[in-house]
Amino acid sequence: MSDQLLKVRGLKIGATVYPPGEKPHDIEIVHGVDFDLAKGQVLGLIGESGAGKSTIGLATMAYGRGGVEITGGEVWVNGRDILKSGLKDVRSLRGGEVTYVSQSAAASFNPAKKIMDQVVEAAVEHGKFSRKDAEERARVLFAKLGLPDPDNIGSRFPHQVSGGQLQRCMTALALCPEPDLVVFDEPTTALDVTTQIDVLMAIKEAIRDTGVAALYITHDLAVVAQVSDDIMVLKMGETVEYGTTDQIINTPKEEYTQALVSVRSIDHEEKLPGIEPVLKVQNITARYKGTNFDVLHDVSVDLFPGQTLAVVGESGSGKSTLARVITGLLPPSSGRIDFAGRTLSPDLAGRSREDLRELQMIYQMADVAMNPRQTVGTIIGRPLEFYFGLRGSEKQKRIQELLDEIELGDGFQDRYPAELSGGQKQRVCIARALAAKPKLIICDEVTSALDPLVADGILKLLLNLQKIEDVAYLFITHDLATVRAIADSIAVMYQGRVVRYGSKTDVLTPPFDDYTDLLLSSVPEMKLGWLEEVIANRKMESAGN
Amino acid sequence: MPPIVKLLAQRIALGLLLLFLVSILIFVGTIILPGDVAQSILGQSATPEALANLRRDLGLNDPPVARYFAWLGGILQGDLGTALTSGQDIATAIGSRFSNTLFLAFWAAIISVPLAILLGLVAVRYKDRWPDKLISGVTLASISIPEFLIGYVVMYVIGVKLRWFPSVAMINDSMSLGEKLSAIAMPVMVLTLVVLAHMMRMTRAAILNVMQSAYIETAELKGLSGFQVIYRHAFPNAVAPIVNVVMLNLAYLVVGVVVVEVVFVYPGMGQYLVDHVSKRDVPVVQACGLIFAGVYILLNMVADIVSILSNPRLRHPK
Repeated sequence: MSDQLLKVRGLKIGATVYPPGEKPHDIEIVHGVDFDLAKGQVLGLIGESGAGKSTIGLATMAYGRGGVEITGGEVWVNGRDILKSGLKDVRSLRGGEVTYVSQSAAASFNPAKKIMDQVVEAAVEHGKFSRKDAEERARVLFAKLGLPDPDNIGSRFPHQVSGGQLQRCMTALALCPEPDLVVFDEPTTALDVTTQIDVLMAIKEAIRDTGVAALYITHDLAVVAQVSDDIMVLKMGETVEYGTTDQIINTPKEEYTQALVSVRSIDHEEKLPGIEPVLKVQNITARYKGTNFDVLHDVSVDLFPGQTLAVVGESGSGKSTLARVITGLLPPSSGRIDFAGRTLSPDLAGRSREDLRELQMIYQMADVAMNPRQTVGTIIGRPLEFYFGLRGSEKQKRIQELLDEIELGDGFQDRYPAELSGGQKQRVCIARALAAKPKLIICDEVTSALDPLVADGILKLLLNLQKIEDVAYLFITHDLATVRAIADSIAVMYQGRVVRYGSKTDVLTPPFDDYTDLLLSSVPEMKLGWLEEVIANRKMESAGN
Repeated sequence: MPPIVKLLAQRIALGLLLLFLVSILIFVGTIILPGDVAQSILGQSATPEALANLRRDLGLNDPPVARYFAWLGGILQGDLGTALTSGQDIATAIGSRFSNTLFLAFWAAIISVPLAILLGLVAVRYKDRWPDKLISGVTLASISIPEFLIGYVVMYVIGVKLRWFPSVAMINDSMSLGEKLSAIAMPVMVLTLVVLAHMMRMTRAAILNVMQSAYIETAELKGLSGFQVIYRHAFPNAVAPIVNVVMLNLAYLVVGVVVVEVVFVYPGMGQYLVDHVSKRDVPVVQACGLIFAGVYILLNMVADIVSILSNPRLRHPK
């Protein structure tokens, strides 16, 4: 094929691992992967974390992150095997022929340098453009990517623009040197859905207009379906299925791909509201110390025993602040919280041990919410000792019961958090919260750091436990699919206010207010052409207005 | 007021407050020390009348608070008092010696600071390879050997055997700059060896810390060379910790050179201070103490200010 750009054959990648209590040793993380990419085409690489997607993406630039090393195979770019090229040639490839867009633009931009300096650097360094021409090209790209004030945004520092804007600047950075191939590594994963849709469209148009080829890496099949021509599904460093986007989405052959396509299979009937709420949040207004604006404005919600209230909204909408107010970490400036028939003290110091026991919390980052030097048994045993004074065999028995409830069998008691997978860690955190026999658990984005299939398992577990323990959940999330799966009632938050609140059916049934409509229509759907459809609808609506 | 101006004003005000507190400490410290200045001036055989007269003349009978403010008032007008032992004006005596000390410190800094940072960058570039290990080894060895020993070794090898530079670093105003530099070549060498390790290791550590950041990967994926990544992308983000340790070492070059000055018989502040401590000449000790404290506070304040200015979030608020 004459327009062949990238040819990967038998790519093997190894890494050095440092398991706790064992000697460091080398393992293979990608076991021989083949794929091709023609000029101007987009290939989606999809899989869960640990599937080797990013590692493969970086290998097309002959780069290994940390202790990662390419151990075998061939990577042909523009007709030469870059794994056999010298350092100088590899350098002219990186940032010249192949460029990279990372997941977190906020971390990938140098905080000490202006955006323009960073965007044009590679283009100038590789002699593709003069500084002046490169800047001109960058401004054109800024405009094409829909950045505000494209003529001047380059003279700002990274911290002076928003996350979504920075992600577009990163795309401009990658496109500026007129590369043949761009590796997009989860470019929209860290963004809110309403921002994601704009960035996604900007990326798609930029790919189309510049005729550049792309590797699009993501764990979200619905997203990759919108941008790619072909899709390769990866699992544990091996190809599961490789075909056109249409084939993978509509007629997946492999069981694993089918599971990915049909994920979020939970069907949860909402329960009717009870009579007496376990948690009654009334007219809460709150602000952080040293700031002069309210983060929460007059927030009121009710939660009934044994039910789930989902609080949804974008980052900065005040969801987590609400959790901090309820737990007493941030005393509100006005308003009242009733819990289990009594009024809670606004600050933590004024709460009784019973208050603390009955109100537990589970966090987004399970691995930093546990002491890495304590065993699972110690972690779960601590609330048993603290709240119930359990000791010895009685405590052991209860720990085992809890471990059974979270579906972790024998032998987990003596393990350390580092020996657990992400999903298992989150299960231990759930067991720790349950150990206190709470009436309410606040779940703060508990599944957002997990892969879809693992997250699904956690949600099923939570629903199951709710039936057994009759515990209420205040479920904070930005993910609407999760909300559909688990909620009985929903509060939509925007800029510190509850803009829509009611039973799940009511909230998710039209007519919508503007914000909820925007939020709901922004969630990527697993069908081809969804992105264009939504954008076209929005354009029509704004034209109609 | 922009936050950065406020922060800078705060730093400067804090520095002045600290200097004031240190002046109290120095004054109180010299008062509570045992011994009597009058006695030590006149010797054991002095008559009680003579002692009483001298104490009155020196103002030693006034209450301490009054003496403190008289002293402080004098200093604010540039009057450091007179030396008890020689009757000389301290400001005049210190003036030329202090400028000699600064001269030595200046040249030591001009050589050691860029050298330390350059070596730090090289060590990062070749991390865990032989250049890094060699640099770390040599600088660590040089900081571990006492400076007087290095001083004598340097003096023996370069001054006595090779005869490249004079082994005694005497300078005076009639010398040309070239002659002065030749005279201080060896003490500068010794001071450089002493302060190099600390600054170089901090540069290395600070940059290595930054090298973990995601934006370093971005820079590497732009196809930049190892050195370009380090000096363009890592170094600007490591300025704050490096400046802090550089300033501490500059302060050491001014304040901590006593031993080197004595070894090379250099007419600087250090030797002047040592002489007068042994003679229990309180006004001189106080004046030297205050100048040293001032140098420390000033340089650390500069370090703070540079750290603040190197932070783009403070320089360019949203």
